[in-house]
Amino acid sequence: MLEIDDLHVTVGDREILHDINLQIGDGETHVLLGPNGSGKSSLLMTIMGFANFVVTSGTIRFNGEDITGLPVHERASRGLGIMFQRPPTISGLKLGKLLEVTSGDHSKEVQEYALYMHMDKFLERDVNKGFSGGEIKRSEVLQLLVQNPSFVMLDEPESGVDLENISLIGHAIEKLLQKDIHLKSRKKSGLVITHTGYILDYLDADRGHVMCDGEIKCHGNPREILKDIQARGYRECMECQQT
Amino acid sequence: MPADLKKNPELSPEDRERIAQSGIDMISMGTKCGVYFQMNQEVVQAACHEEGIEVLSIGDALKKYPYLEKYIWNLVPKDKDEYTRYVAEVQEPKGYVIIARKGTSNILPIQACLYLGREQIQHVHNIIIAEEGAELHIISGCASGRHVGRGGAHYGISEFYVGKNAKISFTMIHTWGEEIDVFPRSAARVEENGVFLSNYVCMQPVHKIQMYPTAQLVGKNAVARFSSIVIGYPGSLLDLGSRAILAAPGTSAELITRAITRGGTIISRGHIRGETEGTRGHLECKGLILKDGTIYAIPEIEGVVVGTELSHEAAVGKIAREEIEYLMARGLDEETATATIIRGFLDVKIEGLPPALQKQIDTAVDAAEKGF
Ligand SMILES: Nc1ncnc2c1ncn2[C@@H]1O[C@H](COP(=O)(O)OP(=O)(O)OP(=O)(O)O)[C@@H](O)[C@H]1O
Ligand SMILES: [Mg+2]
Repeated sequence: MLEIDDLHVTVGDREILHDINLQIGDGETHVLLGPNGSGKSSLLMTIMGFANFVVTSGTIRFNGEDITGLPVHERASRGLGIMFQRPPTISGLKLGKLLEVTSGDHSKEVQEYALYMHMDKFLERDVNKGFSGGEIKRSEVLQLLVQNPSFVMLDEPESGVDLENISLIGHAIEKLLQKDIHLKSRKKSGLVITHTGYILDYLDADRGHVMCDGEIKCHGNPREILKDIQARGYRECMECQQT
Repeated sequence: MPADLKKNPELSPEDRERIAQSGIDMISMGTKCGVYFQMNQEVVQAACHEEGIEVLSIGDALKKYPYLEKYIWNLVPKDKDEYTRYVAEVQEPKGYVIIARKGTSNILPIQACLYLGREQIQHVHNIIIAEEGAELHIISGCASGRHVGRGGAHYGISEFYVGKNAKISFTMIHTWGEEIDVFPRSAARVEENGVFLSNYVCMQPVHKIQMYPTAQLVGKNAVARFSSIVIGYPGSLLDLGSRAILAAPGTSAELITRAITRGGTIISRGHIRGETEGTRGHLECKGLILKDGTIYAIPEIEGVVVGTELSHEAAVGKIAREEIEYLMARGLDEETATATIIRGFLDVKIEGLPPALQKQIDTAVDAAEKGF
């Protein structure tokens, strides 16, 4: 579904991603791990096409099509969706209004998802304005449920979320990634950033990648990688030669 | 008086549309609560069916109630400037007088429409009185034909009297043509526990508007709230301000402006003066520059005693790229994303306004959205 080849990305004058290679097949969910500031969010933002992240070489393909130069909304319309780690506040714009515009006025569906995410009381509030950490996550997941992308990028969906809400968000993500239907007919794929791995209880990720200093240093079974990191930190990863 | 405005042959469908954009519902005019319709200098209609509320032309009103003499040129000085002097010198003053008697209230707003159809000076002098405990809602739609050329101008004097425990909401929506000059001169006097809400919406191109309405809060706990939502276009000069004088204990004022320029100049002034202790005032101006225009925010707060609390907040900028891209990531193209953010920016909900009036404001703002 997603195929990244030899990707280099700069922000300002600084190269922050170096020679990224990544393939994610139909129905697969991958996990992206790595220390703070290593470039995980930057990779997601680059895949989504934000202007700050300039691709200096390499390609991003989606379902066989080269999307490296496509504007953000065209990527969205092809099925890419992202949950932001730190979304902007939009003063005056009501969350309900935003969902109405993005859903093409499927108000019944919006209402149902809002109730499901316990966000029905937030529809009349300005987008992200004064939302708590956990509320931001729920709002992001709600927006993705309404958008219903086929490739779902999640940036630390569980960080700062209490246990009850982790389960709520976890179940919503299961739904987003069609984990509730059989492997063979599952079409949706995902790339999920996590530090804690709690979200893996809901995801059953297929593969894990570790990013250090803007490079993907190793690939493997996500639970094993996580166990390693929990036991020994990222030091070994940093020293690891890319395989 | 021609009762049937609907068939007025002088109004083209386009002009009717512009009047409708100014919040005036010509279909129901005259059948709903109250109406004043002035075309150029001719008073077409002045009537009100609501018990205890009168809508009169100023000529008729002065004949009927000689005591009104002392309400005229009382809050706005005759010799304030060349525009007030001009209006003071005309032989036959035009404009409306609206009086809400003690304890009355109207749910459906009174519709006052001032329409300018040719190159001339339209002048009005309006007196609005809410007696003790009355609640009065007015929508004032000011429009001109799109093609009225240079020389078309509107001078409007308005004097508002908000009695004890009374409330006036005055919502003015401007739909002038690109060549028109507009000089409203308004002032309000608010007594104990009185509330004055002044809402101003200008979403269409105009040549020049200059105004600086003042509310004097003279009774204990009186409240004034000015809200303005304006867009400047290339060639437009909008010089807008509002002022509140907190002259009695417990009075408070809020002055809120949302300004967008797509090429014109907007000067957003504001002044709150705290003269008594136990008073509060806040001034807020947010501006967006979409295309090369100018927004000049001049907020002034002036406290002259211990115990007045005044604040202001002014910000001028552009839409953050980050916000546009956030919405684009949800599937909106750049134009729609921008328009959606701007619509939110302009969304000022006014406390204490009847839903019908809020809806008129929302509609006027929506009409401009297509152009972003
Ligand atoms: N817009 C930007 N301007 C300047 N530097 C940036 C920008 N965006 C990212 N960076 C830098 O790129 C590097 C990678 O940042 P990124 O947000 O991708 O890290 P991350 O792996 O997601 O970290 P965390 O786990 O803390 O979220 C950091 O050094 C960061 O400061
Ligand atoms: Mg990050």
